[in-house]
Amino acid sequence: MALRDITLGQYFPGSSPIHRLDPRAKLLAMICYIVALFLGEWFATYALLLLVLAAVVKVSTVKPRALVRGLKPVVFILVFTAVLNIFYTPGEPLASFWIFTITKQGVLHAFFMVVRIIMLITCTFLLTYTTSPLALTDALESLLGPLKKIRVPVHELSMMMSIALRFIPTLIEETDKIMSAQKARGADFESGSLIQRAKALIPLLVPLFISAFRRADELATAMECRCYHGGEGRTRMKQLRYRPGDVVFILGALALAVLTGVLGHWGL
Amino acid sequence: MGAIIETKQLTHIYSQGTPFEHTALDSVDFSAAPGEYLAVIGRTGSGKSTLIQHLNGLLRPTSGQVLFDGGDIWAGKGRARQVRCQVGLVFQYPEYQLFEETVYQDIAFGPKNMGLDADEVDRRVKQSARFVGLEPAVLEKSPFDLSGGQKRRVAIAGVIAMEPRVLVLDEPTAGLDPSGSARILDNIRTYHQEKNACIILVSHSMEEVAREAGRLVVIHRGAIPFSGSPEAVFAHGDELEAMGLGVPAMTRVFARLRSMGVDIPPSVYTIPQAREAVLTTLHRGLHKAENGGSQAASDEKGAE
Repeated sequence: MALRDITLGQYFPGSSPIHRLDPRAKLLAMICYIVALFLGEWFATYALLLLVLAAVVKVSTVKPRALVRGLKPVVFILVFTAVLNIFYTPGEPLASFWIFTITKQGVLHAFFMVVRIIMLITCTFLLTYTTSPLALTDALESLLGPLKKIRVPVHELSMMMSIALRFIPTLIEETDKIMSAQKARGADFESGSLIQRAKALIPLLVPLFISAFRRADELATAMECRCYHGGEGRTRMKQLRYRPGDVVFILGALALAVLTGVLGHWGL
Repeated sequence: MGAIIETKQLTHIYSQGTPFEHTALDSVDFSAAPGEYLAVIGRTGSGKSTLIQHLNGLLRPTSGQVLFDGGDIWAGKGRARQVRCQVGLVFQYPEYQLFEETVYQDIAFGPKNMGLDADEVDRRVKQSARFVGLEPAVLEKSPFDLSGGQKRRVAIAGVIAMEPRVLVLDEPTAGLDPSGSARILDNIRTYHQEKNACIILVSHSMEEVAREAGRLVVIHRGAIPFSGSPEAVFAHGDELEAMGLGVPAMTRVFARLRSMGVDIPPSVYTIPQAREAVLTTLHRGLHKAENGGSQAASDEKGAE
């Protein structure tokens, strides 16, 4: 897999109803959905949650393949979680060998945990795939707005976040370029012992850091040239406004969370 | 003469299967002969960078083959990496890849990766430093203390030190002043002549490629519409303009003169050729040439 194929924080432009939702609505709905994921207890709830997720994916026109690709980096965590849960949950033993015992509860627990993580990651990816990073940080700034009253530097934080997000693809591209250049000089990033591999990163990291600092410096100058002086008195060209659809979406997600809570309470 | 490096039906598609899918190269047949000085021209995004990254196995073809010395570079495991030592690639703005504490160590990075012994590495570092005109005193400095042009020459030396049989340079003169560009092009020519290496120069500057290269390859939208001697390629002036490339200023002046009715050879693309053409035309004393000829001559003086 080439570095440029990493999809973290990537936005796939589109014009589906999901793309057009207010980013705040999407963010709030996602939080409700994640809460729902952790309130779920049994198959019925997860089937319902999966159905909802599938419906949203369908409407969003994001290709399922892109979502599956997003899961690749977390395969290790999934396996790790599954194994830990299988062996460390006390309960009715199914099989045991040496010091390990597999319990029925363990298997179920592991299964639900993996499903939970997969759905959690899929829904966060869905958010970033359908929402531009800029819209996302705007949403965050707007939602955290009330914290300004207790002197939390909300604008600065969201500006930092949008800059960080903005530079992820740039830095990935840069890493790719430097890696190619050093490979062209015979550098080997793929084989050797752990120490050798760590050492092989020096020719990559030194130029990368230098260029990151250079970029930061240039960006600071460019911002100052445009008279940027923080959030005070700053207005927006595109104001965020809730429309009826956004409200329905949030309420729907909230209802889902409540419903799973109730179902979970009944042990479903 | 057999090609040292060639591509057969090379196709490369970026981000296949996403909305960003983009075909950068479409069934490209490209070849370079040993000892040839070749230039690849094309506008930004035409696929030239993608093509040259295939030549030393940095990118894997989506379909098609890349042959080095007649063998597919993806045929065996590890062969692509071996080919990288034979096909040196200097990227755009190569000075951003410098990382070592001293210039010497940075140039030695490539040869060391090839597994050469210390004496051989030392010989190659000194030789390549000489090729690019770096003073021995510079070798002990930090690469980050050098000027832009010097950094670029250090980076090029780092590739030359691997003594590649094919040297590919992606816009080696971008962002340098005229004297810095001229020095780098001189260095490349020296390497070409002394080592009889095949040079593939990627460039935007028509003047530069007309002056340096023996053969031109034009890339446009992932394909090669024409290639051949500078005369042959610059004869397609209008098509080149349509691709956003254009022809050298001299060629344009001469085309203009011809359209004004001056009897002057069409295939002029460098200043020495222009001088030659103007002088012969004036010697012949053609009645109409007087006016246009003296204009070209003054152009020539200005350019020089």
